[in-house]
Amino acid sequence: MSDLSELYQEVILDHNKRPRNYRTIEGASHHAEGYNPLCGDRLNLWVQVDGDVISDVAFQGSGCAISKASASLMTDAVKGRTVAQARSLFERFHSVVTTPPDQPVEDMGKLSVLAGVREFPVRVKCASLAWHTLKAALEREEHTSTE
Amino acid sequence: MTPTTATAARPAFDVLKVRAEFPILSERVHGKPLVYLDSANTSQKPRAVLEAMDSYYRHANANIHRATHLLSERATALYEGARKKAAAFVNAADPHEIVLTKGTTDGINLVAQSYGRAVLRAGDEILISWLEHHSNIVPWQLLCEQTGAVLRVAPINEIGEIDLDGLAALLSARTRIVAVSHVSNSLGTINPIRDIIGQARRVGAIVLIDGAQAVPHLPVDVQALDCDFYAFSSHKMFGPTGVGVLYGRRALLEAMPPYQGGGDMIASVTFEKTTYNIVPYKFEAGTPNIGGVAGFGAAVDYLMGIDRQAAIAHEDALLEYATARVREIPGARIIGEARYKAGVLSFLMDNVHPHDAGTILDSQGVAVRTGQHCAQPVMDRYGITATIRASLGIYNTREDIDALIHALGKVREVFG
Repeated sequence: MSDLSELYQEVILDHNKRPRNYRTIEGASHHAEGYNPLCGDRLNLWVQVDGDVISDVAFQGSGCAISKASASLMTDAVKGRTVAQARSLFERFHSVVTTPPDQPVEDMGKLSVLAGVREFPVRVKCASLAWHTLKAALEREEHTSTE
Repeated sequence: MTPTTATAARPAFDVLKVRAEFPILSERVHGKPLVYLDSANTSQKPRAVLEAMDSYYRHANANIHRATHLLSERATALYEGARKKAAAFVNAADPHEIVLTKGTTDGINLVAQSYGRAVLRAGDEILISWLEHHSNIVPWQLLCEQTGAVLRVAPINEIGEIDLDGLAALLSARTRIVAVSHVSNSLGTINPIRDIIGQARRVGAIVLIDGAQAVPHLPVDVQALDCDFYAFSSHKMFGPTGVGVLYGRRALLEAMPPYQGGGDMIASVTFEKTTYNIVPYKFEAGTPNIGGVAGFGAAVDYLMGIDRQAAIAHEDALLEYATARVREIPGARIIGEARYKAGVLSFLMDNVHPHDAGTILDSQGVAVRTGQHCAQPVMDRYGITATIRASLGIYNTREDIDALIHALGKVREVFG
């Protein structure tokens, strides 16, 4: 049961029940849809980038507690950061959730509550879905802006 | 509750004796005894199947149909013996009507690509049902892309049964193939395939039945059903993975072009002209999964050696018990309440995503499947993305169901 309570910590249950930034952004500069065919999780992510800064970010979708909480925590974490900082957070977060459970990981504050997924390999994708969607949203815009 | 046992009184079924035949059931997971409720995904294997495969590799390993030495004779006897057993298992008129495949998916693709591509023309129609597994949808979509044929889908009602009037309305002289499941993998519905086959006959369509979920639960008689093709998998009926059967009416199989080219499927090869082997060998190119087929033969023996009516009554009683217990849980909602069901209980818990429930159940030793069960259209039909699916095998007990209910209590503890 200890691994389980590590996975479903209060912060995660709270963000699942009351997800932050759970809305749409009309005319957002970036958007992507993330999908996990394994469990049918689907989320839409809107990002407003002004200059170099993520001034607003929001999501909606259906998914498990881990994916929803992770998306919610992510929106809190990247709002107000630069695109480069968000990218770096993605890399650090990815490393936290994919490091074997017996090895130490960086403390990422609130985002560290998701480190519990390391004990549950099939759930790592749930925790990283929002982040992959963010990466896709940011890349897509860069791609389109070069055209 | 299956139609055949609804009212009959049956002798007691010794489930503990059955369990003793399945070594993996004494496994512990996360420090808890394993409660395996995922047999619709794949069944566990009895000792006889494990031993048959082990014995094949220790005493008979050789290629089949090719060599003059003793081991090859043994291997061929095991392989062809399994074909005969499979023929008896589904009451095929002739073992030559049994094509050994990789599994149900392989069998359906074989029919689509061999029969379908040879026969279908633009504007012809293929009729499936809304209940189908992706493996009985996608091969037909590929065929439609290749031939210009059109895929039609018979609707289902709110409790998860095929709407027979809706199906009848879609049948016409344009319908060439009707492909439906015998038992739904996502909801457990037993489909009235005799009626459906009869209806298809009247418009001159051929019928393929996806029997993957049916064979572990129900006796199957392809002659009584009067179907043209019946596909199933070894691994859902206590045999190993990577082996399956496509039953096909002999005249149809003989008229069909080969599916894949290679060794064993030929009679003679020159660069100018190759002639093909007789059925079913024409459809069995390359060295097959001989060890797996040996295990499959043992699985057929195992199933034919038990009192199947008693097993059915046991599973029916268990499904009824599980349904009643889940229904008692506040906030639980059962998806699929067809009048006739086999082995599957799909449900949701209020405010809990099935995937989270699956992880918590697993931590309690209870193995279920969560997700869309390779049946996304079924999920869409109910406006959901996933269910928790507990599925039964002959080795399950009331204690397994009690363990599920207890573990679902843990899910409530975590999610409130």
